Amino acid sequence: MIQYITRRMFMAIPVLFGILLVTFALARLIPGDPCRAILGEKATDAVCERFIHERGLDKPIPVQFGVYLKEIIRGDFGRSIRYSLPVTRLLVERLPTTVELSFAALTLSLIIGIPLGIISAVRHNSWIDVLTMMWANAGVSMPVFWLGLMLAYIFSLVLKDTPFWLPPSGRVSPGISTAAFYDVWGLSVYGQGLGVAILNFLSRLNILNAILSGNWKLLGDSIKHLILPAVALSTIPMALIARMTRSSMLEVLGQDYIRTARAKGLAKRMVILKHAFRNSLLPLVTVIGLSLGSLLGGAVLTETIFGLSGLGRTLYDAITARDYVIVQSFTVVIAIFFVILNLIVDVSYAYLDPRIKLD
Amino acid sequence: MTDKTANLANLDKEGLSLKSVSLWQITWRRLFKRKSALLGLGILIVLVFIALTAQWISPYDPYQVLIGIEDVDMRQAPCIHLLGCPKDQPQHIMGIDGNVRDQFSRLLYGTRLSLMVGLTTVSFAIIIGTILGALSGYFGGWVDNTIMRVMDVLLAFPSLLLAIAIVTVLGPGLINALLAIGIVSIPAYARVVRSSVLSVREMDYVSATRALGGNNFDILFKRIMPNALTPLIVQGTLGIATAILDAAALSFLGLGAQPPTPEWGQMLSAERNQVFTAPHLVFYPGFAIMTTVLAFNLLGDGLRDALDPRLAHTSK
Repeated sequence: MIQYITRRMFMAIPVLFGILLVTFALARLIPGDPCRAILGEKATDAVCERFIHERGLDKPIPVQFGVYLKEIIRGDFGRSIRYSLPVTRLLVERLPTTVELSFAALTLSLIIGIPLGIISAVRHNSWIDVLTMMWANAGVSMPVFWLGLMLAYIFSLVLKDTPFWLPPSGRVSPGISTAAFYDVWGLSVYGQGLGVAILNFLSRLNILNAILSGNWKLLGDSIKHLILPAVALSTIPMALIARMTRSSMLEVLGQDYIRTARAKGLAKRMVILKHAFRNSLLPLVTVIGLSLGSLLGGAVLTETIFGLSGLGRTLYDAITARDYVIVQSFTVVIAIFFVILNLIVDVSYAYLDPRIKLD
Repeated sequence: MTDKTANLANLDKEGLSLKSVSLWQITWRRLFKRKSALLGLGILIVLVFIALTAQWISPYDPYQVLIGIEDVDMRQAPCIHLLGCPKDQPQHIMGIDGNVRDQFSRLLYGTRLSLMVGLTTVSFAIIIGTILGALSGYFGGWVDNTIMRVMDVLLAFPSLLLAIAIVTVLGPGLINALLAIGIVSIPAYARVVRSSVLSVREMDYVSATRALGGNNFDILFKRIMPNALTPLIVQGTLGIATAILDAAALSFLGLGAQPPTPEWGQMLSAERNQVFTAPHLVFYPGFAIMTTVLAFNLLGDGLRDALDPRLAHTSK
């Protein structure tokens, strides 16, 4: 097992290298002069010359790539043009919003998608099966941004003044304290170290922070703000998961050992959950891995619509402001994130089915 | 023996004679038995009809600003005579957009772009993907390794993000957006073709062609590639759906079609801040995207089942 994990990790290295190579190449392909692309059209020749020399842009391409690699490994992604802040700091500030949103969306799609898939497989061809499949087909065909806007219209405007009203944008209502849990606990946290960065990161996950600091007002408010974006973002993965659960359950339910289990008198519930569902988990894990990609891509659209200042929204702002540094570095970070998540999926695959080994 | 009788019984049941029946005829018949695939095909036929006849069936010119021509307001709600809108007002069944143009006409013209986007990106990706996949599977060794590692890297990015990064570099615009989506979808086709090539490369009839003096080109394109056709068709149909969705997303982010092009994602993006005051301007373009994507998804799923020989005996 450990051997499999290490080998799988080594296999990820060339892919990570390739990701860096692609983003590096993309940055070099920006038409025109890199200095003016980054500093703007008004930069003077003297400024540009200094800039090009400082960034090492006058050196041969392989050397430049080496410098780029070294910087990334040191965790230095350059400075944003728009915010004139180090990209790393923007990342630490904005990542929690995206993590919270994607986690909520994934959880939602699992706790709704899996049961729906199981029920429609067990009640094959019943009205619930037909409805689920119709809904799943519509779900994978819906543009995330459209669904988000329509949800905002229904829940923030049409249902205004009803208990179902939900806020159309932002993470918390104004006036609600978001004090970090370590401050509430009376810990004094200061400095620059990794530990502080992690504490900072955790305290920006509003829901976790609210629970840790016992701030129930914040908890309720954050959840209320999270519902619409999470529902919008979860639709596609939910539809994929429901479909995959259904088809892989249908396949397993037709097997002889299921009939045997039923014949020896086991409860139907037991057979479905223990014998059938466990064996249909494998394809499901693959689909979860695949939906992570649409989740991360969809986060750009969802955050843009719901005014959440996460990675996606920052990326959108960077696109409109032509801030290439952010687009490039966020793409790298999200791609690395994606590779790591897929690594976890692969490893859990091997855990779920011990027969799977690297061929 | 039993297998043979089962086959014969099956042939009778499907109402086929024992005359030779081509794969396409079988597929066609199976496709016709699936309501969802037929629905997809039906929607698609309507969409193609709209796209071809847009200039005759749209009531207005999609670029025509109606100020001074008709008595209409910016972002006016839909006016449908059948639903009780006063007859003395001009009929605009999907309302007026933010630039005082007829939304319905723009939507009809948008069908053209959407179908065009789907077809061109997927054709581009299929052509490049097929060449790469065929080379990779047929020659193996370092060719295979190099090509497939590059494909792995492309797959390592969430597809929409890579498309965003590519368009940011190339500059916004519909053509660049199409190119980006095309590039991003190459790996899927390369993989499909590679695995089909691998599965038949060592077959006897391939060796026979080689023994008869066929060159690599003949073997690859006349003997091996026909086997890759069915998975490619399925993947391509489903791929069109994804391409349309991604192109709409890029346009929504301002990276695809630019105003005043009547493209659905762009139309939606232009009015997204008005969703609370003029929801019809957001609802219809999005609904159009969903309908088109749904049609390709339903048809693709239907084709996959119809072309899958393993499902020949199931009546599902």
